[in-house]
Amino acid sequence: MTTPILTLTIDGKEVSGLAGETILQVARENGFFIPTLCWLDGLTSAGSCRLCMVEIKGSAALHPACITLIQEGMAVTTSSERLLRYRRAIIELLFSERNHVCAVCVVNGHCELQTLAQQLGIDHISFPGLYPDLPVDASHPRFVIDHNRCILCTRCVRVCGEIEGAHTWDVKNRGVRSQIVADFDTPWGDSTTCTGCGKCVHVCPTGALFEKGKSVAEMFKKPLGLPYLKAIRDLGV
Amino acid sequence: MQKITIAPVTRIEGHARISLFLDDNGTVSDARFQVTQIRGFERFVTGRPFFEMPALTARICGICPVSHQLASAKACDQLLAVTIPAAAVRLRSLLNFGQLVQSHALSFFYLSAPDLLLGMDHPVATRNFFGVAENDPQFARDGIELRRFGQQVIERLAGRRIHPAWVVPGGVSAPLKSAARDEILNELPAMQTLMRNHLKRFRESLGRHQEYADNFGCFPSLFLSLVDNLGRLEHYHGTIRIIDAHGSTIADNLAPASYEEYIGEAIEPWTYLKFPYYRPQGYPEGMYRVGPLARLNVCGCCGTRYADLELNRFRQLATGRPVLSSFHAHYARLIEILYALEMMEQLLADPSVLDPHVRAVAGVNAFEGIGAIEAPRGTLIHHYRVDADGLIEQVNLIIATGHNNLAMNRAILQAARRYISQDRLEEGILNRIEAVIRTFDPCLSCSTHAVGSMPFVIELMGPDGRCLDRVRR
Repeated sequence: MTTPILTLTIDGKEVSGLAGETILQVARENGFFIPTLCWLDGLTSAGSCRLCMVEIKGSAALHPACITLIQEGMAVTTSSERLLRYRRAIIELLFSERNHVCAVCVVNGHCELQTLAQQLGIDHISFPGLYPDLPVDASHPRFVIDHNRCILCTRCVRVCGEIEGAHTWDVKNRGVRSQIVADFDTPWGDSTTCTGCGKCVHVCPTGALFEKGKSVAEMFKKPLGLPYLKAIRDLGV
Repeated sequence: MQKITIAPVTRIEGHARISLFLDDNGTVSDARFQVTQIRGFERFVTGRPFFEMPALTARICGICPVSHQLASAKACDQLLAVTIPAAAVRLRSLLNFGQLVQSHALSFFYLSAPDLLLGMDHPVATRNFFGVAENDPQFARDGIELRRFGQQVIERLAGRRIHPAWVVPGGVSAPLKSAARDEILNELPAMQTLMRNHLKRFRESLGRHQEYADNFGCFPSLFLSLVDNLGRLEHYHGTIRIIDAHGSTIADNLAPASYEEYIGEAIEPWTYLKFPYYRPQGYPEGMYRVGPLARLNVCGCCGTRYADLELNRFRQLATGRPVLSSFHAHYARLIEILYALEMMEQLLADPSVLDPHVRAVAGVNAFEGIGAIEAPRGTLIHHYRVDADGLIEQVNLIIATGHNNLAMNRAILQAARRYISQDRLEEGILNRIEAVIRTFDPCLSCSTHAVGSMPFVIELMGPDGRCLDRVRR
């Protein structure tokens, strides 16, 4: 059985994709830029950061492109004043929720959050900062998690569970009090499940997860080729 | 009792307020130099990984980020418990000299020259760097040129001029490129000539400023600074030596790491700036001065040709004794610039400065580290305690301006007694008191780790506590 090919428009341009593909996939294949943070190629989509929201003709609501499947005849708008306003607000809220101090951060200059803020023209935060008193867990011999810089995208949780198969990371609490935890909320260094593979560190879009001993701007996240890792795992190779 | 307050104090780094108290006879009985802001660096860095400390503490100051980075990195080296590569030590020393040149050039040519060149009674509207530039364009250009050179040394080594992230625990993050070395070396001879000419000019102008030399912070005190193992001028390595007002060494070879044994820190309720003192002499008798004046008084010699020639002339200001007037810190600054330029030449001439091995890598191997260097304004101490994971538990920072706090208060009292004899604050008098403070080149944002530009308030208080006059700028 062949997968049906669907035709839709993105920002007025006629494009096509396979049934079962998301708006994000088809948009990227056709060179449209939709910002993302929680989404990462090779991991299941969480649809939680809401940065990839797009407008769909005939629907008053906004839809996350990373988990919305394409439909025949769909008319998608990836960029508008309204979308830009929402995306800016999301980034500003992320900055105001925790303690993001780019100037002294290990990923300064190569941080996904910082880059998005620059792309969206954010030069100040209009919301008052919460400045929560959050800990840094440096108990692991090689890595550090700084909750002050965590945006709760859960990439670390997903890569650990879905690719490495360790499921060391999870989320405790709810809403703004949510926090990434190792095992049953133990210091990372005491985790009995962590393999020390470092995948979580390299998928983290900010400086929340980094290699111990790195100074300002010294931490570079490496692309891991997750779709490849996933494919060979699924093949049982 | 009457009280005079001067606020804001201008052309210094930070916020300040000066209160002068008059007695029943209308003479000044007390002076208080109050620093009115706090930033809380020592508190909010707790819990952070120590690897961030050089960059975090650099943000204390935009003028001397490099000084904080170096003191911090030296403290962090001790947490790693490593000997850092020799090339890294040379590069760090070079960076410190770049910092010394740019900061001293700023202090002398930009901040103090308006008073020295145009005069204390010059109209306030043009008694600034632009007034200097109009009056003597070449002088202003030279000042800009020197500062540019110092800043460019920092940029050529560390990648950028302000808040570079090059100094790291264990060394520096990248080796020096030979092209950058050659660029610095090529410029050095012209800078040295320029500096020698300005030293000559300043020396010849000293006679005009005798009045200020006699009244600007001219009193006996202890002097404290680092010296090398031969007792020479030293800004990066070394041990602490303390001399008294007669020039006798009262303590020598003190390890910076045991500073708590000989330096106490007193607190007064009216200012955020603490009062360090020499413990054996108690508070406030253990008043000491740090900075360029102290360094030149304390050291046996500079160890470089032209700086030593000039040091000999400097020492003739007080035959056989320490130069006691803080006014001569200006002179000392110029000598130190020359010294830094000569030292840069020496350091860069050694090919090992290009060695690619510039960083020692290690984890936490010790839980306490104390780093000390000579920053442009004086001895700078960073003291950290960390837990087994390398997270900061406790921090104490003693900044040069802090060391000088007791002496600055004394100097203001001396100048106020000399220049104020009524219950009014004349513009020229205010500026003389400001100029006294400026001889210390205080950095209040550093010393209280306090935020701010440069407001200045002076209040004159009568014997009954009534404010007789108040000037705010």
